[in-house]
Amino acid sequence: MLEFTFSVILENLLLATRWTILLSLIAFVLGGVVGLIVLFARVSHSRALRTLTIGYIELFQGTPLLMQLFLFFFGVALLGVEVSPWVAASLALTFWTSAFLAEIWRGCVEAIPKGQWEASESLAMTYTEQMRHVILPQALRIAVAPTVGFSVQVIKGTALASVIGFVELTKAGTMLNNATFRPFLVYTLVALIYFALCFPLSWYSKRLEGRLNVAR
Amino acid sequence: MLYQMNFGDLLPYWQVLARGLLFTVVLTLVSTVAGIFVGTAGAWARTFGPKWAGTCVSIYVELIRNTPFIVQLFFIFFGLPAIGVKMGEAEAAFLAMTINLGAYSTEIIRAGIQAVPYGHLEAGSSLAMSRWEIFRHIVLKQAFMKVYPALSSQIVIVMLGSAVVSQISAEDLTYAANYIQSRNFRAFEVYLVVTGIYLALAIALRALLRGIARAVFPKG
Amino acid sequence: MSLVSIKDVRKSYGANEVLKGVSLDIKRGDVTAIIGRSGSGKSTLLRCINGLETFQSGSIAVDGMAVGDGKTDLRTLRRHVGMVFQQFNLFPHLTAGENIMLAPTVVAKEQKGEARAMAESLLEKVGLEGKFDAYPGQLSGGQQQRVAIARSLAMRPTVLLCDEITSALDPELVNEVLRVVEQLASEGMTLILVTHEMRFARDVGTKLVFMHHGLVHEEGDPKALFANPGTPELAQFVGGIH
Ligand SMILES: Nc1ncnc2c1ncn2[C@@H]1O[C@H](COP(=O)(O)OP(=O)(O)OP(=O)(O)O)[C@@H](O)[C@H]1O
Ligand SMILES: [Mg+2]
Repeated sequence: MLEFTFSVILENLLLATRWTILLSLIAFVLGGVVGLIVLFARVSHSRALRTLTIGYIELFQGTPLLMQLFLFFFGVALLGVEVSPWVAASLALTFWTSAFLAEIWRGCVEAIPKGQWEASESLAMTYTEQMRHVILPQALRIAVAPTVGFSVQVIKGTALASVIGFVELTKAGTMLNNATFRPFLVYTLVALIYFALCFPLSWYSKRLEGRLNVAR
Repeated sequence: MLYQMNFGDLLPYWQVLARGLLFTVVLTLVSTVAGIFVGTAGAWARTFGPKWAGTCVSIYVELIRNTPFIVQLFFIFFGLPAIGVKMGEAEAAFLAMTINLGAYSTEIIRAGIQAVPYGHLEAGSSLAMSRWEIFRHIVLKQAFMKVYPALSSQIVIVMLGSAVVSQISAEDLTYAANYIQSRNFRAFEVYLVVTGIYLALAIALRALLRGIARAVFPKG
Repeated sequence: MSLVSIKDVRKSYGANEVLKGVSLDIKRGDVTAIIGRSGSGKSTLLRCINGLETFQSGSIAVDGMAVGDGKTDLRTLRRHVGMVFQQFNLFPHLTAGENIMLAPTVVAKEQKGEARAMAESLLEKVGLEGKFDAYPGQLSGGQQQRVAIARSLAMRPTVLLCDEITSALDPELVNEVLRVVEQLASEGMTLILVTHEMRFARDVGTKLVFMHHGLVHEEGDPKALFANPGTPELAQFVGGIH
């Protein structure tokens, strides 16, 4: 039988942390791509598109992430496809992330003064040209801090994937606890690893925000 | 192969759902009140309190904000008993929610306090008010008015996050959903309905919070 | 034939009718100064001409292109109608030169090199040679407004609309901008200016339009109207200024 020394526990947790990081990256990158599409629809001239995306955002922001994970896990199975926790967790976290990022970025786009839209419109630019050359470059500058800040929420969100059987940091903690009966040690370590992942991002986000405020 | 939805199999369990819903509502309301109380105390410590208290609060806030709620919950429910602190599922759920909201609302309320113009504090001092009186009568209400929207969204986020307490078998709405789907094997339908209930709850909670704002704060 | 022809244009914001049937004809080379009290509809009229605002009835045509009839593409129209704003509205993330080059390269698909050469000559024209690489934040208000004028000119507009382009400037910076506008006028550019600079309207303008309560209350030769207002409203307005 394996001896569960401190270092064995820590090593197993750190190995599982790889999957937390990978799942976070998937959710953040794919969620960012989908979020950009949602953003374009959200600030478009089409009322139908806007209403649709308001509903989409409300749906993902107004319901528990845990429920979304369950729905993707059991919902994809209904289509007759075998679902792995990987697929369900990636899908749920991607859409969840996209809704929040789209909303954060909308705030940044709307912070750009109306005069910028009018001036570029007067120069005969199309909507896409305005977005691409005038609005987004400016919105991007103010979006960096809250976007980095939200990445912390994504990392913490991946912890819920443990509930549908995805073996990442939290699930590994639960499994190690069941094997070692040392819950205080195990969950303290789990918490500290999450802290080590999240705190630098929180700190960096705050610093960026501060720098932007000084620049204004 | 098209799956046939069947919501009829949920009906026999409506009382289970109702009990779960009641638990979620009570849990949210109680921990909101307690969490904001903690947050106010924390914000006081960080702005008006002694330096050491401010530092302790900062550490508390950063620890909570940079770890997942589910881990905080597991730590409290599974970890603390190992060092002799035992409690039931409901108590652990309540404690975890309060600690979590307490940390977020500390940051939110602190921002509100720091936005109060310095002149108002000087005005208070010149009226011979004590530091505590200035905080209590001049700063706090203004700060709350300023950050009320942010605080409201955080309360809704915490309510939605409470679904996680089902994982320590606290008998909330999600716990009810898990229970029902293990009996009638209609997982998707059950979770769909419960997701809808959460959405309704979020909308109702926002409306309630707006109503409170209208009643408490002068002119919307 | 007139270059800009406005016929019985009506425009409301909700129940508030802001333009109550405005008609105006502007010939090529005209320098039209629009004056009037705050809220009389001057900006709204100007913004209708390049389609920034829609109107409910009447018609506007620029160089034969009808505005807001759904047939003429607004983009085609806007390539011929430049606009300069009170608040400059320069793009803060681009340098002065890039601000000027943006529409020629993106909209008119000109070569970068050509656009750059034109931007440089336009900067020289507005007296800002050497400021190509300066960001708007590094320029004074008067300099920013001159860059904004150059930015509009880069699309070689047939008519240039200016909405109170000196109102946001410190008094000592007003003249450097007005001199640029005067030079454009002398080169034969068709200009429509909403302005509070009465002396400029009189000395540089070829046509004066006095708007009052959403209507063209009086129009004519600036020098004649300033000397002899035809209506008590204009007399009071002009008198109130001096
Ligand atoms: N976007 C809008 N929505 C509603 N009402 C508007 C809007 N823009 C202008 N108005 C109203 O239309 C009227 C005319 O406005 P406009 O800006 O054209 O006046 P103006 O003559 O340019 O005045 P000023 O000299 O102050 O610039 C005003 O009563 C104004 O309140
Ligand atoms: Mg105006």
